Amino acid sequence: MRRVVVTGLGVVSPIGCGVAAFWERLTSGVGGISRIDRFDPSAFSSQIAGQIRDFSADALIPSKEQRRMDLFSVYGVSAAKLAVADAGIDWATIDRERCGVAVSSGIGGIQTLSDELTVLQEKGPRRVSPFLVPQMIVNMPAGLIAIEFGLKGPNFATVTACASALHSIGHAFRAINHGDADLMVAGGAEAPITPIGLAGFCSMRALSTRNDDPAHACRPFDKDRDGFVMSEGAGVVILEEYEHAVTRGAVIYAEVAGFGMSCDANHITAPCEDGAGAARAMLAAMHDAGLSRDDVDYINAHGTSTPMNDKCETAAIKGAFGEQAKRVMISSTKSVTGHMLGAAGGIESIVCALAIKHGVIPPTINYTTPDPDCDLDYVPNTARTHTVRACLNNSFGFGGHNGCLAFKRV
Amino acid sequence: MANKLEERVKAIIVEQLGVNAEQVTPEASFIDDLGADSLDTVELIMAFEEEFGAEIPDDEAEKLTSVGKVIEYLAAKGFDKE
Repeated sequence: MRRVVVTGLGVVSPIGCGVAAFWERLTSGVGGISRIDRFDPSAFSSQIAGQIRDFSADALIPSKEQRRMDLFSVYGVSAAKLAVADAGIDWATIDRERCGVAVSSGIGGIQTLSDELTVLQEKGPRRVSPFLVPQMIVNMPAGLIAIEFGLKGPNFATVTACASALHSIGHAFRAINHGDADLMVAGGAEAPITPIGLAGFCSMRALSTRNDDPAHACRPFDKDRDGFVMSEGAGVVILEEYEHAVTRGAVIYAEVAGFGMSCDANHITAPCEDGAGAARAMLAAMHDAGLSRDDVDYINAHGTSTPMNDKCETAAIKGAFGEQAKRVMISSTKSVTGHMLGAAGGIESIVCALAIKHGVIPPTINYTTPDPDCDLDYVPNTARTHTVRACLNNSFGFGGHNGCLAFKRV
Repeated sequence: MANKLEERVKAIIVEQLGVNAEQVTPEASFIDDLGADSLDTVELIMAFEEEFGAEIPDDEAEKLTSVGKVIEYLAAKGFDKE
């Protein structure tokens, strides 16, 4: 039975790039939400986001190549390079036909599509860029990462909206587990902070409109939550077959023990009220990992800060854990980073690996007023030092896609 | 004689292909010398069309393989008068 471990982490986020900066700010509970200034947001009902500032990819990607990439690809490739460096991989010693990539996005190059649509309308089809298609398609970061490192193994990008990165990591885990690869670069990237992206979510009434107080807008499980806050960036991990990692002396963060999936089959955007679909994904992940309810210490929740998700996810955790739901510690990374959509599952898998490695559970910040429908332990406001023997990472996407990864200490 | 047309063409090539001005000599081939691929050359032709308000059909564009050939082509079309 081939075991799979996490040996490298790469983060590009509104609260820092690189693992050290990210973890410091996450555990300190210093959020990354602010008023949007990439464009004028005043005509929109929600005017806040987790915008990445002061990030230059120039040290990671030549500017000439960046010109041919949508921002989401810049984030994804940057995070992959950071993860590869973090893993200390010497490619000369590794069979790269046995190494692959599974990095995806929820929406891909929406800014590129938006720009070229304007060109089409104003100047006609002959002026549409030959780079439109390669720049916007969701799988391109995976292709670019493979080109960069010469990785000739399995390569794909699973798309499940806000669960995209989680499903990519899950199927990368399966690829190694099954023997198709020995190493996979896996995760997700998203750059949705564009007028059309913001407008779409605003019209759905899905976003927080707490524009006068951005720092406190994202408040998962709190009684006064009013929607999620859009964010951007990338989270990429290096997954490796256990013996392969040990042989090359890799530092191991955690083991990927299991992967569970389900669908609500209920509504295009709203989750099941009773959380039954999400509960099945969690139970499937635990079963795949050979974990019982007693073994799981921490759940990294999807925890978007929407009225519906947080209530339904609480119900799901109770459904999956029964009495143990009261014991398990739960926190939402999104309270600090905002919702990175297709990249969230990647960032949050990184949080799980670090929680296990360091024995520290990051907080759910902005938690001031309990909600009777959300009555579990959400590790409010302050990080908690506690051994994490095993944890679950939940991600759920529009369309009813539920994914859950189980991690455990090695 | 360096002229406005040459300067404008060179500026576009430097920006589009991310090369240094010194590399953009009349003999320089876009693909062989300046690192362009087939998508780059299509976008380059579009940039010339945009800059000069020209329309360059595909069968003529495919012959414009070097800096010098582009300059000659646009001069022959009368764009050096602007």
